[in-house]
Amino acid sequence: MSDTKATGPQTTDAPTPDDGPHSAASLRGTDETDARGGLVTADGKSLKSSLNRALRMQKMRALMLIAPLLVFVLVTFIAPIASMLFRSVENEIVANTLPLTTERLQDWDGTTGDIPDEGVFQGLFFDLFLAAEAKEHTKLGTRLNYEQTGVSSLFRQSGRRLDDMGEVYQDPLEDLDEAWEEGATWYELMSGTGAKDTALVANQRQRYNLLTSSSDSGDIGFAPSSAISEMLPLTARAYTAFATFTVYADEDVVAEEDPWEAVYAALALDLMTPGTAEKVAAYSGPRADLLQAAAGLDFPPADFTAGFADIDEDWAAHETWQTIQTYSPKYTNGYFLNSVDLKKTADGFEARPENERIYITLFQRTMFMSMVITCSCILLAYPVAWILANLPARTANLLMILVLLPFWTSLLVRTSAWKVMLQQQGVINDVLVWLGLVADDARLVMINNQLGTIIAMTHILLPFMILPMYSVMQTINPSYLRAAKSLGATNWTAFWRVYFPQSVPGIGAGSILVFILSIGYYITPEIVGGTKGVFISNRIAYHISSSLNWGLAAALGTILFAVVLILYWAYDKIVGIDNVKLG
Amino acid sequence: MAAVLTPIEPKPFSFTGPVMAAVGGFMGLLVGIANGSGFLGLIIGAALLAGLAYVFTQVWKQEKPARWLMIAGFALVGFVVGGVSAAIIGGLFGWFSGWFTFWIGEGRYRAKLVPYLTPGQVLWHYTFRVICGAIFLFLITPIIVVMPLSFNAQDFFTFTPEMVRLDPAGYSLKHYRDFLTNSEWTGAVWNSVKIAPVATLISVSLGTLAAIGLSQSHVPFKRTIMAVMISPMIVPLIISATGMYFFYSSIGIQGTYWGIVLAHAVLGIPFVIITVTATLVSFDRSLTRAAANMGADPVTTFFRVQMPLILPGVISGGLFAFITSFDEVVVVIFLGSAELQTLPWQMFTGLREQISPTILAAATILVTISIALLATVEMLRRRSERMRGMSPT
Repeated sequence: MSDTKATGPQTTDAPTPDDGPHSAASLRGTDETDARGGLVTADGKSLKSSLNRALRMQKMRALMLIAPLLVFVLVTFIAPIASMLFRSVENEIVANTLPLTTERLQDWDGTTGDIPDEGVFQGLFFDLFLAAEAKEHTKLGTRLNYEQTGVSSLFRQSGRRLDDMGEVYQDPLEDLDEAWEEGATWYELMSGTGAKDTALVANQRQRYNLLTSSSDSGDIGFAPSSAISEMLPLTARAYTAFATFTVYADEDVVAEEDPWEAVYAALALDLMTPGTAEKVAAYSGPRADLLQAAAGLDFPPADFTAGFADIDEDWAAHETWQTIQTYSPKYTNGYFLNSVDLKKTADGFEARPENERIYITLFQRTMFMSMVITCSCILLAYPVAWILANLPARTANLLMILVLLPFWTSLLVRTSAWKVMLQQQGVINDVLVWLGLVADDARLVMINNQLGTIIAMTHILLPFMILPMYSVMQTINPSYLRAAKSLGATNWTAFWRVYFPQSVPGIGAGSILVFILSIGYYITPEIVGGTKGVFISNRIAYHISSSLNWGLAAALGTILFAVVLILYWAYDKIVGIDNVKLG
Repeated sequence: MAAVLTPIEPKPFSFTGPVMAAVGGFMGLLVGIANGSGFLGLIIGAALLAGLAYVFTQVWKQEKPARWLMIAGFALVGFVVGGVSAAIIGGLFGWFSGWFTFWIGEGRYRAKLVPYLTPGQVLWHYTFRVICGAIFLFLITPIIVVMPLSFNAQDFFTFTPEMVRLDPAGYSLKHYRDFLTNSEWTGAVWNSVKIAPVATLISVSLGTLAAIGLSQSHVPFKRTIMAVMISPMIVPLIISATGMYFFYSSIGIQGTYWGIVLAHAVLGIPFVIITVTATLVSFDRSLTRAAANMGADPVTTFFRVQMPLILPGVISGGLFAFITSFDEVVVVIFLGSAELQTLPWQMFTGLREQISPTILAAATILVTISIALLATVEMLRRRSERMRGMSPT
């Protein structure tokens, strides 16, 4: 190893231009100088700028070589991590599904204990109607169910019974004139004449796209006239939403489809608004007669509050509305609060009840077990690294194979091996029973608990501890130890005061590596850990694949990521990432 | 370090006797407990070995025949007690105690140690070796145990009585047959084989280029770039997998072949970077200048001069990347689909549901592959050191 320097790296990598030797020679030969007395090269440029140019070229060349990989890593790795970080605070689903409701809820004072006013419930009716048609309301229900149990079924039920609430207004209109049943009538009425309200169409298109996470942009073949949209704002909005959905989701023609119950309800609400009747009387666009007749109708009073309370009494519960209001902003710290066993409330946060606290325990357990694993790795790796570093090279190489073979063997092979070894009917128990050390009916429980995880992971991560320790111990000169002993130190003093301090860098490097690897482990705890021996990673995987609470998974992942990042930074500072060695 | 030869001399029986009695007692205790009475075993074992030691070191000092005699004797006793497998264990017992008797009795244990060590230090020296041996055993046992179990004739994850008796009926190749014919397993192997090489190719080609770039002097932000490129190895797989699941779904490659390939490629990159950079540290840069001086363009220089010299590093980096992809399961679970089940995924689901020891057959095959890979990497390392004029260690 020590002869590396003689033949090895060329340390004089000064930025020499390709024609360096040549220009240097010519410099020396003619001893040229420029006007200011600086050295110049053969082609008349100053040496300084030539060198700078060469240095720049070299940097560019190096960056060109690195760029493809850097872009690749950024796109396939860093971007995913960033998307996970973003998802841990993202909460657009509430505002996207219930745009009107969340807007109107802003003014509601949730601390008084009253439920919101009628306007909010009207907004909820129209928001939920479109969401239910697009079958997106259940997603929102699932989302809010993470925060308050029962919301999921609340949304699912309400979605089914919205039609009934609208029919209250549809029936009088259709009884009045059968023309109201015709999709064409509505189309003609709403399209009107004169200027079109294209802003409303764009607005509803955006609402639809946000709701369904799509990106439709085609013409829907409909736009309400500005006059109608000004006179009957709710109707125009509801009908445009219907038109947008008909074209994009059902791929039908607007004029041929009968509108939703929500549109009838919107018309009734508009007509009941004071002042609208006069405007309608003065209106002269297509189908004005129909509209004027409808204005004279006696609609049942608008009471959506009671309507929703009738579907499910939870809608009249203060708590439901507080949850919706708390989670209506587009970004939330709610997932993070959840992942440290707190609960987001209208004014800040509060601790969760005792029986719902799991994550702090899980984080603590992950940390604690990683530490135990790291410590047992140190204990087992130190003697092995020492003996490898102090045996003759040939023997050491042979023994090294025993370290490298597990390192190279598939993780799943090793995990399954431990499952075979540790089970109650497994190899270790069988041997112990055969030796008579353990009774057959009192076999040791070594799997599906913390012990199983610790044993298996210590074995799996041990090579990551041995290798850095070994490479550090190789560089420790054994004569120091002998010198210490010849100066009168006892074996222990010589080891503890002379050898050990020199081996600390190896312990540090190995420990950080093992700790980083173990706090993020998933496979081994999943298989040998049972319920008591699992890590935070297993909970993340559970939220991704089973409970589908991705936001919480992302928040837990972000916290874990932050811990790893700190350790990685420490590792870089202490060991230097370019000093990582493999094999 | 232990070059000093200490002259050895036979030890008196007052030393050999008690040591051998202790060893015999310990062995006898184990056998005794297994057969009902630990105390009786202890007494018999101690008396037996001490007696044999007395005979062989004091009376009949014929080492070779004595050791053979002990092997044969213990094997015979084993056979009478418990058949073929017990005979083998007995033979090993006999071999060990025969060797140990003379090692202690002739004082050979000091031969390779410096003469000034105190008895306590000698004892510690060998105790330490025994501890290290136990740790090596801990490292290797799980891998060794899997192999015979994969030949189990039963569908158990443990040794059956037939297997312990070395009865041929207890062994069969049926799990290997299942592994090689069951479409679930063959499909999984085929998927792994389709994914890993492509991922390796991407990581090796991009990684080698970048490592060459990084090894130049005057690279701006070298540390940061390096940190970014090594990060896939450091960031827990569960986090990478979660992020990739979100991001790859949003760009529509979740559940596709290329999604997994790209993910595996990026996971393999740190290994390529580390190994190639390590090789490049000792690459003599004046060689490329010499090539340029003789008129070679950069591409020729790269392929004819630099590449052959750093090839060992590139290949071992590639092997690391390959094994990373071949062995990877977390990302596959998140990004894969039913048709893209790889071998590790199949093993993982098998282990969770504990279906059959076919997993162990797969494991044995994988261990064989990793031994082959390990040998290749070791060979490459030596070759690389030879090429650089270093003596292989």
